[in-house]
Amino acid sequence: MSGAPLRLLIVDDEAPARARLKNLLADICPELPNLVVGEAADGVEALEWLTDPSTVPVDVVLVDIRMPRLDGIGLVQHLAGRASAPAVIFTTAYDQYAVRAFDLNAIDYLLKPVRASRLLAALNKLTKLPRALPTAAALRGLAPEGRTHLHSSERGRILLVPLADILFLRAELKYVTAQTSERQFLIEESLTHLEQEFSERFIRLHRNCLAARGAILGVERETAPDGEMHWTVLLRDVAEKLPVSRRQWPLIKALLKEE
Amino acid sequence: MASIRQSSSLLPDFSNLGVWLRILLITNALAALAVFAGNRQLAEMPGELALLSASVEPPLIASLLLLSALQRLLAQLPYAVGVISVLGVVLACTALWNVFGVAAEALATEPGNLARALFWAGLCAAALLFYFNVRARLQSPALAEARLMALSARIRPHFLFNALNAVLGVIRSDPQRAEAALEELSDLFRVLMRDNRELVRLSDEIALARQYLDLERLRLGDRLQVKWDIESCPPDALMPPLMLQPLLENAVYHGIEPSDQPGEITIGFARRGDQLQIEMSNPFNSGVDRHPGNQMALANIRERLMLFFDLEARLEAKAETDSGRYVVRIVMPYRLGKTA
Repeated sequence: MSGAPLRLLIVDDEAPARARLKNLLADICPELPNLVVGEAADGVEALEWLTDPSTVPVDVVLVDIRMPRLDGIGLVQHLAGRASAPAVIFTTAYDQYAVRAFDLNAIDYLLKPVRASRLLAALNKLTKLPRALPTAAALRGLAPEGRTHLHSSERGRILLVPLADILFLRAELKYVTAQTSERQFLIEESLTHLEQEFSERFIRLHRNCLAARGAILGVERETAPDGEMHWTVLLRDVAEKLPVSRRQWPLIKALLKEE
Repeated sequence: MASIRQSSSLLPDFSNLGVWLRILLITNALAALAVFAGNRQLAEMPGELALLSASVEPPLIASLLLLSALQRLLAQLPYAVGVISVLGVVLACTALWNVFGVAAEALATEPGNLARALFWAGLCAAALLFYFNVRARLQSPALAEARLMALSARIRPHFLFNALNAVLGVIRSDPQRAEAALEELSDLFRVLMRDNRELVRLSDEIALARQYLDLERLRLGDRLQVKWDIESCPPDALMPPLMLQPLLENAVYHGIEPSDQPGEITIGFARRGDQLQIEMSNPFNSGVDRHPGNQMALANIRERLMLFFDLEARLEAKAETDSGRYVVRIVMPYRLGKTA
């Protein structure tokens, strides 16, 4: 990637803080060619930018930790599930908890007010040694309570879907759909990944379906048109009966017994 | 000027409710102890106690009323003269009650009673004065001052670094705004670092709060809306220094920053009789708040109110879910400063 300028997205809810970073990036341009391709005022706006196919791809995101709607840690949690995620450098004025976690997990961060030399050093480190996003374990260290929302992209807007509202997740051809009592959302994450991340909240019914443990009302035996018997699960606020695979049936049975 | 109670005098402030409460409690505890010590039979004790109370309580209350009326005068006297005056008042009240009060009948039958009553009243008053003397020495000046210093010198690093960062952010595009912001920051820190032991004028506190809010507006822009209600309160009322700013900082941190929409902080002052009431509210986000800073700031202010006003001031804070606002109410004695 030598030659082409480094493309950056600045994410901070405070306009002067974004202006400051832009000034600094302009200052270090002779040493490190760079280009600010976009700005976002919170995590949701940043996700919208990063998931919009019409925007310029981004190499590095400079992201503030404390922001409304979706904070910096939340943004990175959402990016972690994506295939081509940019590198991330956190910025914070003062956050003892986060800084301790960053140090523990060797995650890059800059303290505001940022100095040009520090910014240059951090970016140089990234270009020499492209770094992956923080690992799942590191993210758990930063936010022990984990993600509270999934995100869904609709006509260029990002919607945050509270995990607590999701009744079941089903893999369709290309996407995963999340069903709430009101509607469906498209989720661009793999079902396997979701199952691993939220194993305490969801249980697998079938090769392509996860159900919220708390939403299960009961089970019913059903006969398919070909005459074969199988079990289905009834969920609260869902008319459809969801089939259970033979392989998963013992787990579902055990879950119902627990209650 | 009004300063922390004990720093000027080792005599208690007889016009203070907390002092009254302590005196009443201790005197009655001593009376109960005396009854307990002088009695072999448990069954007779309640009667004895009632009898003793009847002869102790009236002169005690009379002395307190008289002393609180004389408080201004007492505070100006040298300590030794003050002690003699207090003892004189107590003994006079006791003597008058024993000669002319209900207890006079008992006196007639037993002439030694007056001397005994005077002896015990004098001893009790002396013990109390000794207690307040020790308490005052313990609390002031060094200890109370150290506590005040430690309590008042706290501004969130979060605010300082964000403010500096915001100034750096506008320094190239709007140098004048940056200059103004640095001047405000400097004023704010001058107040933070000065000797904050004296009550200050309400108008000064409000001016400081406005400077602080102006700094926050630099970085938060239109998200920060503030509504003041200062019509109904005289600006030269006195209050402890640096009380509004930490409360506002709390309101900004918990009420404004977590939302991307504009939010309004309201702050109002009112005088009700001899009380000054302050009410502050901010939008309340029911979402998770990971930081315990809020309760610490409130505990800090509560303790400072206690150091300045003992039991006469109080602070209540609660989230009102109906209106979705977090409300802090402070009530303190209304004191008027010298007109500048």
